[in-house]
Amino acid sequence: MGHIVIVGNGISGVTAARHIRKLSNHRITIISGESDYFFSRTALMYVYMGHMSFENTQPYEPHFWTKNRIDLKKSWVNLIDHKDKKILLENGEIMAYDKLILATGSKPNKFGWPGQDLKGVQGLYTKQDLEQLEISVPNNKVCKRAVIIGGGLIGIELAEMLHSRNIPVTFLVRESSFWNSVLPDSESAVLNDHILSHGIDLRLSANLKEIHSNDQGAVKSIEIAETGEIIPCDFVGLTAGVLPQIELAKASGIATNQGILVNRFLETNIEDVYAIGDCAEQQDTLPHGRRSIEAVWYTGRMMGETVAQTISGHKIAYKPGHWFNSAKFFDIEYQTYGIVNNALNKPKSEMQMHWKHPEKNICITVSYDKNDKRFIGINTFGIRMRHEVFDRWLNEQRSIEFVLDHFVEAQFDPEFFHSYVNEIQLVFTTILSKSNL
Amino acid sequence: MNYQQSKSVAIVNPDTYGLSTQQKLWLGFGMIGLIMMLLAGFNVTIMNSSIYMVLAMTLISIGVIGYSRASYNHKKAGIKNDGVTFKSITSRGVLGWLTGIALTGFYIILYFYPTFLGLGTKGASNAGLVALFDPFSKWLNGNPASQWFVYGTLYTLAIIIFGLKFILKYRHDQYQKLRTISVMFFQLGFAFLIPELMSRLNSDTFKLPYVDLKSIWPLNYYNFDKYRVESLIDAGDIGLALLIFSVISIFIITPILTYKYGKRWYCSWVCGCGGLAETAGDPFRQLSDKRLSIWKIERWIIHSVVVFSVLMTTAVIHSYLGKDSSTYWLTKSVFLLGVGGLLTFIFAWVMIFKREALAKDAKYGAFGYFVVILALMGLFVFDQNDHLFFFKTSELRRTYGFLIGSVFSGVIGTGFYPILGSRVWCRFGCPMAAILGFQQRLFSRFRITTNGGQCISCGNCSTYCEMGIDVRSYAQKGENIVRSSCVGCGVCSAVCPRGVLKLENGSQEGRINPTEVLLGNDVDLIKLMNQQ
Repeated sequence: MGHIVIVGNGISGVTAARHIRKLSNHRITIISGESDYFFSRTALMYVYMGHMSFENTQPYEPHFWTKNRIDLKKSWVNLIDHKDKKILLENGEIMAYDKLILATGSKPNKFGWPGQDLKGVQGLYTKQDLEQLEISVPNNKVCKRAVIIGGGLIGIELAEMLHSRNIPVTFLVRESSFWNSVLPDSESAVLNDHILSHGIDLRLSANLKEIHSNDQGAVKSIEIAETGEIIPCDFVGLTAGVLPQIELAKASGIATNQGILVNRFLETNIEDVYAIGDCAEQQDTLPHGRRSIEAVWYTGRMMGETVAQTISGHKIAYKPGHWFNSAKFFDIEYQTYGIVNNALNKPKSEMQMHWKHPEKNICITVSYDKNDKRFIGINTFGIRMRHEVFDRWLNEQRSIEFVLDHFVEAQFDPEFFHSYVNEIQLVFTTILSKSNL
Repeated sequence: MNYQQSKSVAIVNPDTYGLSTQQKLWLGFGMIGLIMMLLAGFNVTIMNSSIYMVLAMTLISIGVIGYSRASYNHKKAGIKNDGVTFKSITSRGVLGWLTGIALTGFYIILYFYPTFLGLGTKGASNAGLVALFDPFSKWLNGNPASQWFVYGTLYTLAIIIFGLKFILKYRHDQYQKLRTISVMFFQLGFAFLIPELMSRLNSDTFKLPYVDLKSIWPLNYYNFDKYRVESLIDAGDIGLALLIFSVISIFIITPILTYKYGKRWYCSWVCGCGGLAETAGDPFRQLSDKRLSIWKIERWIIHSVVVFSVLMTTAVIHSYLGKDSSTYWLTKSVFLLGVGGLLTFIFAWVMIFKREALAKDAKYGAFGYFVVILALMGLFVFDQNDHLFFFKTSELRRTYGFLIGSVFSGVIGTGFYPILGSRVWCRFGCPMAAILGFQQRLFSRFRITTNGGQCISCGNCSTYCEMGIDVRSYAQKGENIVRSSCVGCGVCSAVCPRGVLKLENGSQEGRINPTEVLLGNDVDLIKLMNQQ
């Protein structure tokens, strides 16, 4: 029986701990400086919006940890002494480990903008970020206008949060269309309209040049690089993506690149030190075209499930299945299964078919391989789909015709919702038959 | 979850969640209507009571509807939970407590001191609030109003106007809209109008008791009371048909519908208690307690109520049956043996075919209750005189009516909406919900399907579950939700930001699906883990 120490109590670290407990009798300690208990990071937005209390975001009651003999320690970790297999905590405490799992997550990207460390400028990632946000932007009297830099998922969530408190928001997006670094253009266009319809001042192809300070060292305004326009504001949200949190590993002599480098067994270059979740960077190629760093909830969970096997004596490589993800853009739900590339990255062999409801924010893109007509991915907006069915079809390498014929089996919308299967099938079959000519 | 109540330092209530001018205006109209009702309670009416009543009810209605429009119309269709945890009334703040106290007070007066509402006793005519409803009552059923007529009218009005609010709030959600229209329809038609019109048909030669066709034993615990059964039998074929209908409702119709659709067909589509909880109670659904410890308490309380109601009803029917089988085949002994036989049959069936679906403590509980019931039945059978076991039957019936029928379902069940959430009665007290829940858990096609690995553990589903089910604890494991208490309101599915939950009726196979590793990971690992 060894002592497993896990740094980070996010979804990756907690999943690893839970599964190690199921599979073994090891002593387990989770260390976090951020919060007493595991909470759902993706739910922080709902706390600010008043949908839930912070306690509501904690998936397990306190007794869960004692019952499962998982020790929780609230502290930051200063250094790893991997020669002596010890870690040094912020409070001076030294903790010995037999195996160490780094699950330190990400931190917001900052690109060296002038003024990026001013008062009233922040990212949104940690519980502390949320608390700071509540201080900086409690209402629209304190904050007359907020500016958000960076058009990704956190950016649009922050826009929705601020909007829920009636705070005017200017949203600077580097790309020519919202999230078209990921989405096909037609879908990205639907989101542009939807963001604008909520009264968000969306600025496309707009980069931040500088954040100006007032005499108290707080943000006063921002300047847009392209136009030189100055926008007065009291808050700036930096949401230009995240990057792995590697300072601890780096300072302790563990090999890093962008992230903490791991092999397929999630092992770092140091024996008995593992890295999982957002902070890990894969050195070797993953199956299904998966990327070397994937900062999403699901990936963290899967790595946690996998590393628990290895630590419990059943060494197993990390082998994620087909890509899937979901998000919500204000009122529009998004789901994706398999691969649907944006215009820039789309290879010639990938064919895409789009369908959009004439009025509603409901649309769908299906990708297939031009040569063998194999279905390769789907994006849906405003339509819920069954993960299990698409995962199976991708495994079975089903043809696009098969997927269209059986589309109804994959529907996951609530009962009595209008189904657009017939329209979608009709439109796509027509496109397909034309392309076959 | 309310454990660990310490509010994080900075996560405090923002002060911008005030009401808009429009909202204040409509709220003002509604309050005037309410105050008019209150004044009527103190016998202050300044005009013709018909006009006064219509005016008060109209003001309340346009107040609620106007307020709803001012709250939701300018926003896009979608989830409308902004500020729920900040508003005093929906987060057990001062307003929440005051509302709770006011509601509780109203129920205490309604059930135990109706004269304060102006009910005329000993032939005296009504005064106050009850008198205000006399013209309406006479117009509908030909008789002066009672406190129950007043309550029924206000109850129905509440379901309709707050139902409209709910429909506006969930206007993007077809399931929620249809379900709400259904409870509005059943309340207005079946619970309110039909019984009133039925009593209009009564004359000196023909008497039929008030019958709410959708109110099924054991929810209407008085269904088999002597006076009621006698009056039904006296009413000839129609009465007999109604009596038979009430028996097949619980023994045949209910099990079939619950098998096909889960208990939601009743609890959140038909039932009046559920109807009020889903409409007027909707703003309070997040206040239900999700702790595991409360779930344990819930199971003991609600199943004790079932046992109590079965014993009470058995004792009541037993008390007025004859002993001589030559006059009527259904004698005391035949009846008791029948009840005992039926219970034994159900118990044996579950233990033989569904044993693996029950948790250990559920088995102990079931066994314990079974022994208690059989022991008491034994006492009945061998003790044939009318002094029935420890209590007098009439005492048992009275205690049940007081504790369960009045205090639990009314005073606590509705009065405590702003404190304990909107389904306290349905969750902890309703014997009908327990019986349907038992069927739903063991003999039903209904489940809430979890969508593979898409859950992000955000907790919206658990937070907004009015029945206090920790929905997330299943969803984040990729498990379907098969719980006896689930009333199938569908709000967990509606508030899920990732499209993870779907209420559906499907085959029994794979309905309960404990998983170890979620979909999305290495297929071989999933197989391996789920075999272990």
